[in-house]
Amino acid sequence: MTESMSWLDKVAGSKLLTAGARKRNVPEGLWTKCASCQSVLYRAELERTLEVCPKCGDHRPISARARLKHFLDADHCEEIGANIGPKDPLKFKDSRKYVDRIKEAQSDTDEKDALIVMRGRLMGMPLVASAFEFSFMGGSMGSVVGEKFVRGVNACLEYGVPYVCFSASGGARMQESLFSLLQMAKTSAALAKLAERGLPFVSVLTHPTMGGVSASFAQLGDIQIAEPKALIGFAGPRVIEQTVRQKLPEGFQRAEFLLEKGAIDMIVDRRDMRERLFRLLAMLTHFAPAEAKPGDAKAQAD
Amino acid sequence: MNLNYLDFEQPIAELQQKIEELRFATTGSGVNLTEEISRLEGKSRQLTEQVFAKLTPWQVAQVARHPQRPYALDYIKALFTEWDELHGDRHFADDPSIVGGVARLEGRAVVVLGQQKGRDAKERVYRNFGMPKPEGYRKALRLMKLAEKFNLPLLTFIDTPGAYPGIGAEERNQSEAIARNLLELSKLRTPVLATVIGEGGSGGALAIGVADHIMMLQYSIYSVISPEGCASILFKDAARAPEAAEAMRITASDLYEHKLIDEIVPEPLGGAHRDAAGAMNLVRQKLTANLERLRHTPMTQLMSARYERLMAYGAYETVH
Repeated sequence: MTESMSWLDKVAGSKLLTAGARKRNVPEGLWTKCASCQSVLYRAELERTLEVCPKCGDHRPISARARLKHFLDADHCEEIGANIGPKDPLKFKDSRKYVDRIKEAQSDTDEKDALIVMRGRLMGMPLVASAFEFSFMGGSMGSVVGEKFVRGVNACLEYGVPYVCFSASGGARMQESLFSLLQMAKTSAALAKLAERGLPFVSVLTHPTMGGVSASFAQLGDIQIAEPKALIGFAGPRVIEQTVRQKLPEGFQRAEFLLEKGAIDMIVDRRDMRERLFRLLAMLTHFAPAEAKPGDAKAQAD
Repeated sequence: MNLNYLDFEQPIAELQQKIEELRFATTGSGVNLTEEISRLEGKSRQLTEQVFAKLTPWQVAQVARHPQRPYALDYIKALFTEWDELHGDRHFADDPSIVGGVARLEGRAVVVLGQQKGRDAKERVYRNFGMPKPEGYRKALRLMKLAEKFNLPLLTFIDTPGAYPGIGAEERNQSEAIARNLLELSKLRTPVLATVIGEGGSGGALAIGVADHIMMLQYSIYSVISPEGCASILFKDAARAPEAAEAMRITASDLYEHKLIDEIVPEPLGGAHRDAAGAMNLVRQKLTANLERLRHTPMTQLMSARYERLMAYGAYETVH
């Protein structure tokens, strides 16, 4: 992120923040530069294009709330597990205390932890959707992420609706040690219940989805979707390079590579996500919009 | 320096060497040093007790990784009869870093899975240092399903630095292989008993570690990332692994205290590698007793207890 900050960001500064923008959660300034094609981009336009560069299609990071706000219909939105916050069960301290890292992440992002879960509608279809806030400690999965993910699944079970998760995570949160490792088992087990009920889970892998998140629920979708060029894998490229002592092939662990290797079903542009997911889920759940129902029923009866 | 002993065990090694020398001097010389030998043996025992009573988490990690520590196949061969190893994932390859098969424990048929490290240089390479690839986890999944299908309890022995971080492993979707096992184990309709015998390395360990009863040997470790990995990320210096080991609470006693495991299997004085037969016996007792209990638990109760345990994992707070 820091590398992509241009002189424009610095000159424009934080005082020119557009009204209603969240603190540090979105890149600051009126203008910004695309890290991929170097085009100078107007912030307001980037918000309209969901942080996708209109020139080259580069998918920039997007906050969890901005993503869910766009993905779900404006009405009928209800957050799940909004009141769950992190604890420091191990009194963990590395170069800094975990509690201090939490506080900083919370004030930087205005979120309690790295996953946001909402019950709402997608073009009229009821569902539950969750999204990772990558800027909260690298979207790492600790106890709160695991619990919120499961509550999302439980809401699906209660209302008989599908589940969609947009992941963006470096993996398990080291500061919660085995507590975070076990979230992999917890979240995967919850998806087994969803499967038992015949409710679909669509996993959308966004940049980056690694480690313990990739090696649990994020790879258990009935349909696996990735955003273009997203880095997705179990081990990080640097760790692999050090282990095998050879240069990694071009495009290794990128969405396009995963598609070729058979790990995902499709790559979908963020701007098409709503339409595509609705289309897919409507087929999987035999969903017909409410207003169309009477006619359909009549036509069938005839 | 005696390489069979870890650095913090060197005082013990020196005493042991002295005892060996005296024994050698006794043989055939007619000099009776029995009293002196038994005095030194007592002293050695006392010293070992002292050293092992206050091991740091990093020292425990070194014991857990000791090259002479009993491995999965040692337990399998000592505790089970009629062991028949079953090979391959039916799709790609047989992964020697995970062994699995059918065998009998005290006469009762079970399915066994274990991560296997190599003893010497050649075997270490063959076993990929106990780091499984996707085909290893998929072989494990096949055998889990076999256990369920034929109503056989599943016993797993965990001992891995972690799932293998390699190019091929990623190409064959290591993530999915691990994730699938987590999901399937959570609903496998047969008793599952997991024992961490050495290193419980992250997702690679958990992929055969979702169970009804989870045990750890006294000097085994279980963590989300290796102490070296944690140190290189958080301290930007892998050499600070001892601090990371401390911070992550990787020992059996720490994890038991946080109710993340069910039982600690005590090890003989000086660790399992000092008295393998003794260690085997202690493991056998625990396995048999727990298996007996789980076998008599009704399936619905077993399944709901396993699910509730999984859902209870986590430490968070509800804020208003």
